[in-house]
Amino acid sequence: MKGHQVRRLFGRIGFFLAVFALVSPAILVFLWMLSLSLKNEVDNMSFVPVFIPNPPTLNNFVEVFEKNDFLNYTYNSIIVSFGATGLALLLGVPAGFGIAKAKAHRVAALIMIARVTPGLSYLIPLFLLFQWIGLTGSLAPLVITHLVITVPIVVWVMIGFFEGLPSELEEAALVDGASIWQAFYHIAMPLARPGIVVAMILAFIFSWNNFIFGVVLAGRSTRTLPVAVYNVISFEQVSWGPLAAAALLVTAPVLLLTLLMQKEIVAGLTAGGVKGG
Amino acid sequence: MSASTRTAGARAPSTGLRGRNYARKYWPFVVPAGLVVFAVIVFPWLFTLYMSVHEWKVSGETNFVGLANYLRLPNDERFLWSVVRTLYFTVLSVAFPVALGVAAAVCFHRNFPLRGLARTIFILPMMATPVAIALVWTMMFHPQAGVLNYLLTSVGLPPSMWSYASDTVIPTLVLVETWQWTPLVMLIVLGGLASLPTDPFEAARIDGASAWDMFRHLTVPLVWPHIIVATVIRTIDALKAFDLIFVISGGGPGTSSETINLYLYQTAFAFYNMGYAAAMTVVFFIIILLVSLVLFTTRQQEKWQ
Repeated sequence: MKGHQVRRLFGRIGFFLAVFALVSPAILVFLWMLSLSLKNEVDNMSFVPVFIPNPPTLNNFVEVFEKNDFLNYTYNSIIVSFGATGLALLLGVPAGFGIAKAKAHRVAALIMIARVTPGLSYLIPLFLLFQWIGLTGSLAPLVITHLVITVPIVVWVMIGFFEGLPSELEEAALVDGASIWQAFYHIAMPLARPGIVVAMILAFIFSWNNFIFGVVLAGRSTRTLPVAVYNVISFEQVSWGPLAAAALLVTAPVLLLTLLMQKEIVAGLTAGGVKGG
Repeated sequence: MSASTRTAGARAPSTGLRGRNYARKYWPFVVPAGLVVFAVIVFPWLFTLYMSVHEWKVSGETNFVGLANYLRLPNDERFLWSVVRTLYFTVLSVAFPVALGVAAAVCFHRNFPLRGLARTIFILPMMATPVAIALVWTMMFHPQAGVLNYLLTSVGLPPSMWSYASDTVIPTLVLVETWQWTPLVMLIVLGGLASLPTDPFEAARIDGASAWDMFRHLTVPLVWPHIIVATVIRTIDALKAFDLIFVISGGGPGTSSETINLYLYQTAFAFYNMGYAAAMTVVFFIIILLVSLVLFTTRQQEKWQ
């Protein structure tokens, strides 16, 4: 009996060590990012690393905003991600409803192929097209190409949600003389609100994180944040402090959103293994 | 788009008597999104096919060259090496995340204090902006000032050149890829574990099965479909990995970590060799499709869920 208890205790300790081993790589990298962003250059470059900034300094963050057009890039990222997410919801929520109701599984499969395709294969033709019609230099090409990421995510998540809804309420409304559109707008859509939230968050995050479309299509003034951090900040400043600070600023909104909305995000990701680009 | 809606509507089994007309009523909901999908997804595919049989000059002139762009590929040593590197990178970047992801899913399936928080922290790497984390990893890999070599030497191990030497760069990239994408495998398998019946596990426990036996003979076979799905998704993502490689090594040193995607980028947007890049895209896409089909057929029943 006693041996059994000892074994259970060791099992428990082993289990918690395993969880600790799983979680610590994630925590440590983000903490190191924070540490780099709060230290001066001497501490960042010393061979014996300074783990805890002493004293912490906000100079790196000040430098990011002073030396670069960081606010402009933030504005670009906001416009592009909100624009692409908003348009995708407008188009994708009804489409998800239609596909789920009509059981158009082949259309769903077509959308899955969009996920399989490498992002660059959209870019080569679209790059030439935008050049040809003279759209380069504005944010429009970026919003349009980000639809490649956001529309499939929204449609995919919404198909799942609308398929899971009971159809009795809607059918009752149709029998009572409502049009399909009314049934969708007044009955199905309010019921699917949690799904819309999931779709919105995921589409926004993957659009915000996208790098490859911006790196090809963005001009000097239309860079989104990930591109700006790579292009401007990493080349014009070799110092690590401001670079880590900029990287942290870019990814902070996404990390916060993940921490706050973890239930919705986990639900959406498990449903389809969605990932953009 | 509407053509495929029509065929799908016609063959939809469970709409039964309502059949074709029933499905047709829902077209208007799909058409706007269908047009956009056509413009930004289907049209680029068709245009890429068209481009791949043409030569594109910087001036905008185009010449029809037939299959010349495709025939160049088997003779392009740089392309062939990029295929080899892509496969090498992909095999490792599937094996490690899948093995670790399954283990992680089994851990997170058990109830323990602060499980929700631990799970959220665990998935942060896959949600974070790839460019941002790639830059931090690059700083950690720096041979002189990086924190990783300090940690290695402080426990008595030899320092590594990480992403700064051609023989260590791909394993280094796999390390970051594993760090970032193990959570996705974990989530998919965790979803599978949550849907399992509890009876077989109860019965096994009463019969005195060990934890390892239960894992091997019950858990793995029962969540096998989910493991396959995770493997397929991981394979596709690893084949088309771009951000991490581009930021951390840029395909270097030299071309030692140049995968197909990186070479494709160079061909299209550094050399402006659009026709050749288009042909490469088509071949790349076929490789991805073949690999995912092979993996999918290992799954008994196909189900879009």
